[in-house]
Amino acid sequence: MAVQSTIRAIGHQIVNTVWRIGVAARFFFLTLLYSGNSFRRFHLIIKELFSSGVMSLIIIIVAGLFVGMVLGLQGYETLKRYGSESALGVMVALGLVRELGPVMAALLFASRAGSAMTAEIGLMKATEQISAMEMMAVNPIARIVAPRFWAGVISMPLLAALFSAVGIFGGYLVGVVQIGVDEGSFWSQMQAAVDFREDIMNGAIKSLVFGVVVTVIALFEGFDAPPTAEGVSGATTRTVVTSSLAILMLDFVLTAIMFRGA
Amino acid sequence: MTFPKGKLVAIMGLSGCGKTTLLRHIGGALKPTKGYVKMDGQVMHDLDRQGLYAMRRKMGMLFQFGALFTDMSVYDNVAFQMREHTDLSEDLIHSLVMMKLHAVGLRGAQDMMPSELSGGMARRVALARTVALDPMLIMYDEPFAGLDPISLTVIGDLIRRLNDALGATSIIVTHDIQESLKIVDYVYFMAGGVIRAEGTPDELRASKNDFVRQFVHGEMDGPVPFHYPGADYHQDLNLRT
Repeated sequence: MAVQSTIRAIGHQIVNTVWRIGVAARFFFLTLLYSGNSFRRFHLIIKELFSSGVMSLIIIIVAGLFVGMVLGLQGYETLKRYGSESALGVMVALGLVRELGPVMAALLFASRAGSAMTAEIGLMKATEQISAMEMMAVNPIARIVAPRFWAGVISMPLLAALFSAVGIFGGYLVGVVQIGVDEGSFWSQMQAAVDFREDIMNGAIKSLVFGVVVTVIALFEGFDAPPTAEGVSGATTRTVVTSSLAILMLDFVLTAIMFRGA
Repeated sequence: MTFPKGKLVAIMGLSGCGKTTLLRHIGGALKPTKGYVKMDGQVMHDLDRQGLYAMRRKMGMLFQFGALFTDMSVYDNVAFQMREHTDLSEDLIHSLVMMKLHAVGLRGAQDMMPSELSGGMARRVALARTVALDPMLIMYDEPFAGLDPISLTVIGDLIRRLNDALGATSIIVTHDIQESLKIVDYVYFMAGGVIRAEGTPDELRASKNDFVRQFVHGEMDGPVPFHYPGADYHQDLNLRT
């Protein structure tokens, strides 16, 4: 009996997960379908860009600076063994632009802006604001979800780019200013080695994909949250956990596609 | 059940008897398994999304705790539907919002946020928002819940006056028998998803129907038992009878 109920529970969990993925996919499709209104009334997106993008600036800048400084320190220690300290700029820039910038910015975005989106929409649902909107013949996906989705998609690559830029500056502070690596070789080797299409564009594509994934997960979890205190808190946790795992898994897939053999 | 034009009709009953579900059916949020809801000549559950939204523009609904949009000021809450559904200029919207807020006595609170309002004020703002587009049908879901006696009288009075001023039809779902009998034209009593009694407030006050009497006079026991059905009391106490 115990085996039977365990199998049943696993089966139920799998069916439930597949069902939720299907509902989330439908939700994503509807968000795209009803996005026209958001672009016609761009001020709705601007407002959300402020709360998801501008309000994330501090965490992105501070985290970017420290990650860059750590990269500078660790990179110098490793490169010194091979007498290649002058390549520190290349290492810091490639590490940030290709990987750490998009991934770290997306993780921070998921925990700051993503969780806020989920909690906000979940609470709107719990306080019947979404039902009220429906009863006023206003489509909540068009009015609430779509502007937030596009704000997330637009702000994510910009935040990732900022993270990388500040990180490079952090690497410069530690490598050149503190340790004394030659400034000319730090910048010139970086300029020669970092390719716009291969590195910067691929990094931007990564962050764009992460932006879509994180924002959809955050919005769906909020919209699907049970209208109770536990429901909203559970949805907020799920947003951070699911987004973080999705970012890391997708990063591997995208890296394998973009940089294999490069 | 019928809700004649211009009338204020109350639906009363115990918690969980299906009152709010009925409102959801009228608003087209649920599809009935049996029967239908017809409004302005249209069967609600036959309408597609566009038709349903067109019909909802003729309705207003006041939710139990107001359901004001918490990220918008009082002014923007009332202006919301006007901006969404009309091409009116901001000047005209301003005048209309002021008129609606004046009608509920909260013109001076236009810049406040919902979090700054008391329960009664929030309900009045929600009422102004509900009638923003002069709906032909106004639904109230427990409009008196959790209000102090003054706010309760104010809301009751506003519901009656707005209904008469707009020439609308209003449906109030409520538990508050004393307040609602003062303002409504007709009452339906529901229990277990069916109508148990109906009539004008005077007819119901004089009713000999046990269910109505218990409800109107707030008696503990009657057709609606005090005890939820359960096992034998002696058995639960492990006593031999």
